[in-house]
Amino acid sequence: MRVPLSWLKEYVDITLPVDELEERLTLAGLEVANVEYVGVEPPASVRFKKQIKPGDVVTGNGHIVWDKEKIFVGQVVSVEKHPDADRLTLVTINYGTEEPLTVVTGAPNLKPGDGGQKVAFATAGAMLIDAYADAFKVRKLKPGKIRGILSQGMVCSERELGLSDEHEGIIILPDDAPVGAPLADYLGDVVFDIDITPNMIRIASIIGVAREVAAITEAPLHIDMPTWQTSPPPAGDYADVEIIDDDLCHRYTASIVRDVAVGPSPFWTQHRLKLIGQRPISNLVDVTNYVMFEWGQPLHAFDYDKLLARAKAIGKDKVKIIVRRADEGEKFTTLDGVERTLDADVLMICDEAGPIAIGGVMGGLETEVSDETRNVLLESAAFEFINVRQTAKKLKLPSEAAYRFSRGVPPRLNPIGNVRGAQLMADLGGGDIAQGMIDDYPRPQPVIEVPVTERDVQRWLGIDLSQDEIIDILQRLEFDIRVEDDVIWATAPWYRLDVSITADVLEEIARIYGYDAIPETLLADELPPQRRNWAWELEERLRDILAAAGLQETINYSMTAIENYRKTFPDNPEDAPGPEMFVTLANPLSQERSVMRRCLGVSALENLQRNLRYTDRMAVFEIGLGYRPELGDGVLPKEIRLLAIALTGPREPGNWLHGDDSPMDFFDAKGVLEALFERLGASDDVEYRAESAHIFGPKAAGVYLNGQKIGNVGEVHPKVRAAFDLGDRPVALAGLQIAPLIPYIQTKKHLHPISNFPAVKEDIALVVDEAIPAGKVAALIRQTAGANLKDIQLFDVYRGDPIPPGKKSLAFSLTFQSPTKTLTDKDTARLRRKIVGRLSREIGAELREA
Amino acid sequence: MSQHQELIQLQAQAENELADARDEKQLEAWRIKWLGRKGLVPAAVKQIGSLPKEERAAYGQAVNQLKQAVQAAFEARQQQLKEAAMAAELRSEGFDPTLPGRRPQIGRLHPSSATLREIAHIFAHMGFEVYTARDVETDEYNFQLLNFPKGHPAREMQDTFHTTTPDVLLRTHTSPGQIRVMRERYPEPIRVILPGKCYRYEQVTARSEMMFHQVEGLVVGKNITFADLKGTLQAFVDQLFGEGRQLRFRASHFPFTEPSAEVDVDCILCGGKGCRVCKYTGWLEILGCGMVHPNVLRNGGYDPEEWSGYAFGMGPERIAMLLHGVDDIRYFFSNDVRFLEQF
Ligand SMILES: [Zn+2]
Repeated sequence: MRVPLSWLKEYVDITLPVDELEERLTLAGLEVANVEYVGVEPPASVRFKKQIKPGDVVTGNGHIVWDKEKIFVGQVVSVEKHPDADRLTLVTINYGTEEPLTVVTGAPNLKPGDGGQKVAFATAGAMLIDAYADAFKVRKLKPGKIRGILSQGMVCSERELGLSDEHEGIIILPDDAPVGAPLADYLGDVVFDIDITPNMIRIASIIGVAREVAAITEAPLHIDMPTWQTSPPPAGDYADVEIIDDDLCHRYTASIVRDVAVGPSPFWTQHRLKLIGQRPISNLVDVTNYVMFEWGQPLHAFDYDKLLARAKAIGKDKVKIIVRRADEGEKFTTLDGVERTLDADVLMICDEAGPIAIGGVMGGLETEVSDETRNVLLESAAFEFINVRQTAKKLKLPSEAAYRFSRGVPPRLNPIGNVRGAQLMADLGGGDIAQGMIDDYPRPQPVIEVPVTERDVQRWLGIDLSQDEIIDILQRLEFDIRVEDDVIWATAPWYRLDVSITADVLEEIARIYGYDAIPETLLADELPPQRRNWAWELEERLRDILAAAGLQETINYSMTAIENYRKTFPDNPEDAPGPEMFVTLANPLSQERSVMRRCLGVSALENLQRNLRYTDRMAVFEIGLGYRPELGDGVLPKEIRLLAIALTGPREPGNWLHGDDSPMDFFDAKGVLEALFERLGASDDVEYRAESAHIFGPKAAGVYLNGQKIGNVGEVHPKVRAAFDLGDRPVALAGLQIAPLIPYIQTKKHLHPISNFPAVKEDIALVVDEAIPAGKVAALIRQTAGANLKDIQLFDVYRGDPIPPGKKSLAFSLTFQSPTKTLTDKDTARLRRKIVGRLSREIGAELREA
Repeated sequence: MSQHQELIQLQAQAENELADARDEKQLEAWRIKWLGRKGLVPAAVKQIGSLPKEERAAYGQAVNQLKQAVQAAFEARQQQLKEAAMAAELRSEGFDPTLPGRRPQIGRLHPSSATLREIAHIFAHMGFEVYTARDVETDEYNFQLLNFPKGHPAREMQDTFHTTTPDVLLRTHTSPGQIRVMRERYPEPIRVILPGKCYRYEQVTARSEMMFHQVEGLVVGKNITFADLKGTLQAFVDQLFGEGRQLRFRASHFPFTEPSAEVDVDCILCGGKGCRVCKYTGWLEILGCGMVHPNVLRNGGYDPEEWSGYAFGMGPERIAMLLHGVDDIRYFFSNDVRFLEQF
């Protein structure tokens, strides 16, 4: 809502400097998003100012400062033809100095022989907007010869003054404009742009803002209820009103304005509408807008004669307005010329011949006012706000009127707006008003009395206010007050629909008392029972472990495309999960982000794809949710906490030390998992079983925790890699469900005693069948050796001569240590024999001779 | 050849081979060969037993001399090699300390996670527990129970991603968690923060994302006031941005709190003097908050006549942007490593 200060001052005394007022409004919930200085210098107290120089481009609405020494109200003394140019004239201007000045102008609205008009006159050195530049570019007015005649000033257009885009002609000021006055003093203004929260629709008007300013600053208000001069015959002779669907229309008032002449509105009406952001159209249309911005009541003007013609055409001699729901499929052409098909949820204003407007949203083409209009039926009504909102949204017809109706216009405002509008039309159009107002008011505006006590204020806000202090605040907001013992019964003023419970009143008390005046206290209330959030703690632990392992955390969009899943089934895309396996967005921003991901692996591949353009090495992880509708409870999907790890590129980035720059593979990803399980104390419960999945090639494994599968690790299938454009090197990917790991962070690791006896290292190389997994050999060694085996490391896998084909040699380094004694050669030799014996029996292993 | 000559030859051979031992490993191999338990020198000593008695004394003396000589030579060689090794270690030709070191690969947290963690830590000290709630929500939890009836104009401020299942949507804020935690914890008092992802149907620009994180705070108790809310947030901001920050509480409107406020902190970049980031206002908006609306308390199971509470919400990305001078929110989820690696 744009609020010109000059207009606001009509209703409330303002003595505060502009920036202080801005701050007070903002703190009280009328957030001032912007302040425009129209022609005037910001006050000295404004902290942040920009100096404008010639050549600068002014942003926003192009406002500039009008130099009080250089730009004046002038009066045209005479207009003569330019001797050498048909389209130019010589204009002599009196601007309060002894000598008038003659300037050359091309303004089409000043013709030879004219005189007496008041204009905005700039003298040399004035900063103006360059009328011929695309943007609002500032230039300095210099005296110059135009077709041989020296011109030392300029009569200005609105655009040159930074008032609007208008450059068709110069601005003609009202006749009573004081000649010689600095233009800034006469026309300068300040415009606040205030953001309106949904509960504050009452400030979508100048008067609404004025009331708030009065309450906040304790300044006097000057709001007079509008009155009108009417004459017979009465309005009821012209029309009747009947509301059929009173659930959607709570009140409908109509008045009749007769014998108006359509024409442009006077200067000030137009000027104010422009400042508020509206384009002036004609006096009748301008009045409806003016009253809406002044009081907050949207009005609609029907051409009464067209209504009467419609009635006559069906044999009636009187207009009847009927407010009802549309028939399903009913057609109607709105005043923008578009034919619309309506449904039964749309509220229509009709006459007996059919619809004439969509209630609160837009009028009809057929009955709108035009330049020929003589008589007006003026509507001022109140509609159910949710219905207006839905209709405006459905028909994509946002407007200032629908905006107000869709947040609630109080029925008690209807006659006020109607009287004001009718009288203004009569004033500006030279007509008169039929006696009385037609008023159907089936749903009277409720009056709600709300109790509030000192204790409520203390309990909710934490401040001690006496009953008198509370009453004082509420009276500043024009609440009606009734006191019953310790209870204040407060009734909101008629123009507010947002107060129905005590908390609403408490909010008003806090707002006017000032949030900044409320003290800061530390929570003194009982501390709730404290619990740990293990799932959260686990995530945080995993982040630390993985970052310490050299991986970068990423956070990807939860939304992806089914197509990405199909890419992970290179051989059988039809095996990919179907649409029913996804939470699907009904209104995605793009197809690439149209379903919720089931797992994080696809996101990781998308991520690598984007990044491999800049880097050749990626080591990343993500912790987040996968969304599984098929596992859900009721309409909501199951949300599973997942971890993904992705590695590709050289193990170590290349450097002068020639580290290991071979590409990362399965074992790098597995190594990260091993480190992770080790840190959680879960290693002994984890198994890797050779098994692939659609996304992987053969180098892959299932990850099992206590026999339950919790995830996969593997090298991405080269076809999948190609589908995601990930280059030629292996991409190792791991995905895990993390919830099964929670017990491990809840359990504390138990210290194994540290032995003081010497450790003995023994190497053992075994030849086994190719098919026997190393993990099985290691497990057997561990089982056989028992508690004295402290560590086992596989340090070599060898195939080839002299190992027979189909066999491999596995070399382990074993560390033996006893907690109770020094192990002798004999002890280790016995263990060694036991191990070799068992392995030989169970898996046919042979000791490899050195 | 006499045994004596053999011993002389043996000594000569040992000394020759010793001279060839050029490092500790070779020296050890030499030691095992010559002086080890089964080495040549002990073997020569052992021979003494196989000699006739009359030769033993002379041989014993000779072999003893041999043993001592070889041992001494070994020790001398050992000393020599040690000195040579130390000398080598102390040589500095070609050493250039400006050559890059061998760096371990380092990982990092995503800036959103790191900021979230920092926020959670600060609130943990004030007794706030972390409570996580779901992302995909019902219209009822995301809106209706939070006092946004269907058709409520405030819904326009939160453009929503709907799913193809009627009344199922992506949560637009973390606030549905308020209802979930209240319903779970009643009749206990509550002090939690609710972090998580939120989604808005908004064109992605430098200023707005379709996905972002929020941290919601909720306190419910028998004596919770707006003054407590102010105190808590001042304590939080002092810890996050540094002691002595100015806070500004502006009246605002959220359907689920009353009174509601938006909170600004004095610009951490210009100190309140005015800059591009604070749009020359000197203030940065960082939080929305208010007293929990009685309807919401009631929907959570708490009688507003007996209980009261406050709630607040903030965006870790917004805060991270302010703390780190990030001017484009799109960096956060495009996961460009050139961005991530800067934190
Ligand atoms: Zn700043």
